[in-house]
Amino acid sequence: MATRSNWWIAYLFLAPVIVVMALLVFYPLLQGVIYSFTNMTQYNMGSKFAPASWEFIGLKHYIDLFSSMLQPESVFRDVIIQTLIWTFVNVFFHFTIGLILALLLNRNIRGRGIYRMVLVVPWAVPSFISAFSWTWMYNQSYGVFNILLAKLGFAPIPWLGDSFWAMVSVIIVNIWIGVPFMMITLLGGLQGIPQSLYEAARVDGATPWRQFWTITLPLLKPVAATATVLGVIWTFNMFNIIYLVTRGGPARSTQILVTYAYQEGFMNWNFGLAATYGVVILSFLLAFTLLYQRLLKENSNEGVYY
Amino acid sequence: MTRSHWWVHLLLLLASFIAVFPVLWIMMTSFKQRAEVFSTELHLIPQTFTWENYVHVLTRADGVFLRWMANSFLVALLTSLVALALSTTAAYALSRFKFAGKRAIHYGFFLTQMFPGALLIIPLYKIVNSLGLLNNYLGLILAYCTVAVPFCVMMLKNFFDTVPYELEEAARVDGLSHFGTFYRIVLPLSIPGVAVTAFYAFITAWNEFLIALTFMSDQTMYTLPIGLQQFVNQFNADWHYLSAGAIIVTLPVLVVFLIAQKYLVAGLTSGGTKG
Repeated sequence: MATRSNWWIAYLFLAPVIVVMALLVFYPLLQGVIYSFTNMTQYNMGSKFAPASWEFIGLKHYIDLFSSMLQPESVFRDVIIQTLIWTFVNVFFHFTIGLILALLLNRNIRGRGIYRMVLVVPWAVPSFISAFSWTWMYNQSYGVFNILLAKLGFAPIPWLGDSFWAMVSVIIVNIWIGVPFMMITLLGGLQGIPQSLYEAARVDGATPWRQFWTITLPLLKPVAATATVLGVIWTFNMFNIIYLVTRGGPARSTQILVTYAYQEGFMNWNFGLAATYGVVILSFLLAFTLLYQRLLKENSNEGVYY
Repeated sequence: MTRSHWWVHLLLLLASFIAVFPVLWIMMTSFKQRAEVFSTELHLIPQTFTWENYVHVLTRADGVFLRWMANSFLVALLTSLVALALSTTAAYALSRFKFAGKRAIHYGFFLTQMFPGALLIIPLYKIVNSLGLLNNYLGLILAYCTVAVPFCVMMLKNFFDTVPYELEEAARVDGLSHFGTFYRIVLPLSIPGVAVTAFYAFITAWNEFLIALTFMSDQTMYTLPIGLQQFVNQFNADWHYLSAGAIIVTLPVLVVFLIAQKYLVAGLTSGGTKG
């Protein structure tokens, strides 16, 4: 079929989505960026009763935020550090646990299908329900963890009441939720590796450990890279779990950029500053993906049809 | 090769236990009586099994739980239908045609994965507000389409990629138009993929919390995530009722998800790689 003669059909087929995306995603995105240069709040944003009275304040929000980072008490800095810890720890455990489980499931063992299905459960449960179940299990007096600790003769842990433990708690919940996707994805990658490579390696006398490092890991790299990028983006932007389990508390100790931006926007009604947080988040993620893609350039090969 | 590796089973059993325990625990709580829920004794299996919590949640005098469920269902269903209607042809174009700007469009869709709700929600809130659609199903559906549409395009493109091109060539020779080929040949062959995509869009809307929390202000307009959250705040002591509500919400989704997961994974991962 012709390559050039039917390009206009492609555009025709794409038109509805492009229009909708332009109106619903890219236009609001641009607006969001513009708001980050304003002092817009709930009260001066304009409504049926009062005309809009917000003003452009240029880079003030950005300057305030970034200069505050040098001061001893900086919410912005704390939230960024917490976001980085949150993202790194989560994705690290998603990947390691996911890989271990994928390697186990890739073996020729009995009941593989059943294990696989059971292990996917955390992904299938709606996240607000997971948040709810875990909050109940973390309950100080009646939660299963503290009852168990008491039975074993240990002191109860203030799961959600202490800054450190609250962070541990939300991270555990999010690890629980995120492992299945990583496991399934990596399993798919493992199953794509030709068995003949391993047979050849065995003939050459390579140990399982060596086979893992010289065959499995390199060939898993493209799949692992995709899964990790998605994992980082999703974790960085994960709102539900933190909001529902700790609400960012106690005392901001589990706030990450998205939850804090939401608090600025819809609890303090400071839309301008919340938009600035949004731009910071987007910049982080863009920088991360660009850097990551650069590092993995050699693996990219796009499928082109006709 | 197939020696029985007892330690493999041990590790997998342990992981399986961790995977299902929170769900199991909530399920057991939902069948317990209040006194047993608030005790420091550890009983996984209810001592006295009761359906009372389920009856209470479903027949609460104000019927509010069922209302939330209906709201969630309506919004999620319409979101997935609208998103599908918009995205099928676009996905087909991305799968089959070569044209200027294709890479850019692809990248644009991948980029939307990164857009933090926090940045989009304020302008969306303003737009929906100015359209008078706050606290209205339509406002919520519009907002959900921002996530669902690009997602559906990526998923569907991947499914369309697997339909052999020879079939289309034959249809074209027989005189079908481009749209006819798509509508009569490719779409019917991709029904499982379309179903999985629709299901995932449905689930995303069903689970969404942030936008619903911001856009819906009347208790009767809440979706389930917001509604159940109100339960936690208002009736801080009623974990047994909440558990019953949670199980009612989870089971149908869980069952369909487990059936559809194989296709889901294929669609999700390749959607990302080909970006």
